[in-house]
Amino acid sequence: MQNLINQNAILNDEWHLLDSADEASSLVNAIVSGDFALNNAEAVMAAKCGILLTPDAQLEDYKALLSAVPLVAIEFPAFADGRGYSLARLLKERYQFEGEIRAIGDVLIDQLFFMKRCGFDTYALKDGLSAEKALNYFQTFQDPYQMAYDKKDPLFRRKA
Amino acid sequence: MYKYDNYDQRIVDERVAQFREQTERYLAGELTEEQFLPLRLQNGLYVQRYAPMLRVAVPYGLMSSDQVRKLAHIARTYDKGYAHISTRTNVQFNWPELARVPDILEELASVQMHAIQTSGNCIRNTTTDQYAGVVDGELVDPRPYCEIIRQWSTFHPEFAFLPRKFKIAVNSHEDDDRAATLLHDVGIKIVRNKAGELGYAVYVGGGLGRTPIVASLVKPFLPEKHLLTYLDAILRVYNLNGRRDNKYKARIKILVKAMGVEAFAAKVDEEWQHLVDGPGTLTDEEINRIKGHFTPPTYEKLESENAELIAHLAENKAFANWYGRNVVKHKQPGYAIVTLTLKKLGTPPGDLTDKQLDVAADLADQYSFGEIRSTHEQNLVLADVKLSDLFDVWQKAKANGFATPNLGLLTDMICCPGGDFCALANAKSIPVAEALQEKFDDLDYLHDLGEIDLNISGCMNACGHHHIGHIGILGVDKKGEEFYQVSLGGSSSTDASVGKILGPSFARVDMPNVIEKILAVYVESRIEGERFIDTYRRVGHTPFKERVYAKSN
Ligand code: SF4
Repeated sequence: MQNLINQNAILNDEWHLLDSADEASSLVNAIVSGDFALNNAEAVMAAKCGILLTPDAQLEDYKALLSAVPLVAIEFPAFADGRGYSLARLLKERYQFEGEIRAIGDVLIDQLFFMKRCGFDTYALKDGLSAEKALNYFQTFQDPYQMAYDKKDPLFRRKA
Repeated sequence: MYKYDNYDQRIVDERVAQFREQTERYLAGELTEEQFLPLRLQNGLYVQRYAPMLRVAVPYGLMSSDQVRKLAHIARTYDKGYAHISTRTNVQFNWPELARVPDILEELASVQMHAIQTSGNCIRNTTTDQYAGVVDGELVDPRPYCEIIRQWSTFHPEFAFLPRKFKIAVNSHEDDDRAATLLHDVGIKIVRNKAGELGYAVYVGGGLGRTPIVASLVKPFLPEKHLLTYLDAILRVYNLNGRRDNKYKARIKILVKAMGVEAFAAKVDEEWQHLVDGPGTLTDEEINRIKGHFTPPTYEKLESENAELIAHLAENKAFANWYGRNVVKHKQPGYAIVTLTLKKLGTPPGDLTDKQLDVAADLADQYSFGEIRSTHEQNLVLADVKLSDLFDVWQKAKANGFATPNLGLLTDMICCPGGDFCALANAKSIPVAEALQEKFDDLDYLHDLGEIDLNISGCMNACGHHHIGHIGILGVDKKGEEFYQVSLGGSSSTDASVGKILGPSFARVDMPNVIEKILAVYVESRIEGERFIDTYRRVGHTPFKERVYAKSN
């Protein structure tokens, strides 16, 4: 993965996606598929793998894993598929996931602000986008109306 | 009406800057067509047959005279001198130049307007009763709740990429529903429970389009302060579970049907349990702050009858016709609600010129506390006119082409832009409306027919609400030719129903005669005082079908 950023800087990517075909390879710093994680829960927890969730993931299935893994990557198969926003919020706000949430897939710069609001920490930008430019897109709105992961209160409470 | 504070203004200003930059990137080739598409859509910008179309939001149909003057200015400066009122009470411009849209948005922001989320798969403009706050029989003014929803839905970070568009309507009237509430993704009816507390009955899964359906009740009573957390729960369930593989099956109505109403309601409740009483709960201060923007204007103390008006009505038949049709009772003695109809022969329904916009703004300033409303029936409303001013208003409205006394009558049609403008159309709709207006231009006949909703859409997307017209007309494509399918028996009112298709479709030239036959069956079958829809419901489909498809000999 190239083009990895958080909201402040360009990052080096320590992780690699594990191709499910070569299960024998090392689990160190590997992001494994959701199915692989469910089937090999102990190994995945012991090796502190990351888990890749597709947008149809049922978070309840991963409850036990979530307390032990340091990273969950949420896939955006297309930027217009908005399920990942709800998944990220649920992970952080309901499942108290404390690790890193990473957006991968069709991750474009005009959605970064909303992703940040929903609890994403890092963003593997789609190939061809400028990571440097992308850093400017986290502050589009200074005081948005809603509460979300980044603001615990809606504007009407923040104003008061 | 609601006036922006610094926070509201900054959000709209930030949006203008954001869209300006996005447009620049698109024009510079840094954004692909496909990537720019949802960005421009969420800003109300379509690319239509001939040019982009910009849809400006008119939250719950309420505008100040300054805003209307700004729209006139935009129509003049950036467009071809006219604008169009849509069935979501928004205002559309058909000919803006893409590169100048950011400038238009900046002009709009200067009068607290925007084009945010007027299109795209996100939460759209919330609509309500066009007579909100001024009509008898209302529980409370629904507009503060619409404004609360507007703010919550504006750039909601979690729900910007839903499976499909999402529309909410609010109704607060005890026995009328002018907002077609039950035909929305979420319909909110403001109610009181037995203890007298204010709250909402929440209906989910109504809608038009390919699978027209009336919404189901999922929450009989939701207390007032829980509005937003409950909406969050509905939207989250939909966002995660709505279908994304087929755009015709992606609306929430399909999800509600697939799950079953009870299972859907239970799932929403389960989600809501995590949110209820959390920070998203409305505070009394916030509800009161918003309500404070919708206090009644300073009405004069007047008699409920006005001698001057009575004299004019007796003397002038044309005025009396207009008064009987286009003027509605106001709850404040001595005042009336006036509809400025945009359904004049020769003009596409809902279209008006920059000059008419200016005149409407002037009328509002002079006679109606500086406010104007747009309606989903594509008309304008002056909500607070003194009875003693009605004659003046009529004369001025008449001189400017919006006093056709046909409110609610056959020729007060709803009609989408259709094949003349819309890239999705199967057929043109405006020429059908024109042919019908021309055929049925005898006002006495129209008044005798009484209330009939005739709605026309140019394709299955149903922007012209054809399913819920008493008479509905839908443009279809038959081997590359334009045909029209007729349905009967739809209604958008409290007795909401979806029309039933009459039979095989017709060529455009035959449409006036087909409608004439349908009307003839009604006139022959009706009993004293029965509206078209009542007669249809009593006598059923068959007599209409038989007459229309009878072999001519
Ligand atoms: S109903 Fe169809 S033709 Fe008419 S405006 Fe909507 S999409 Fe266009």
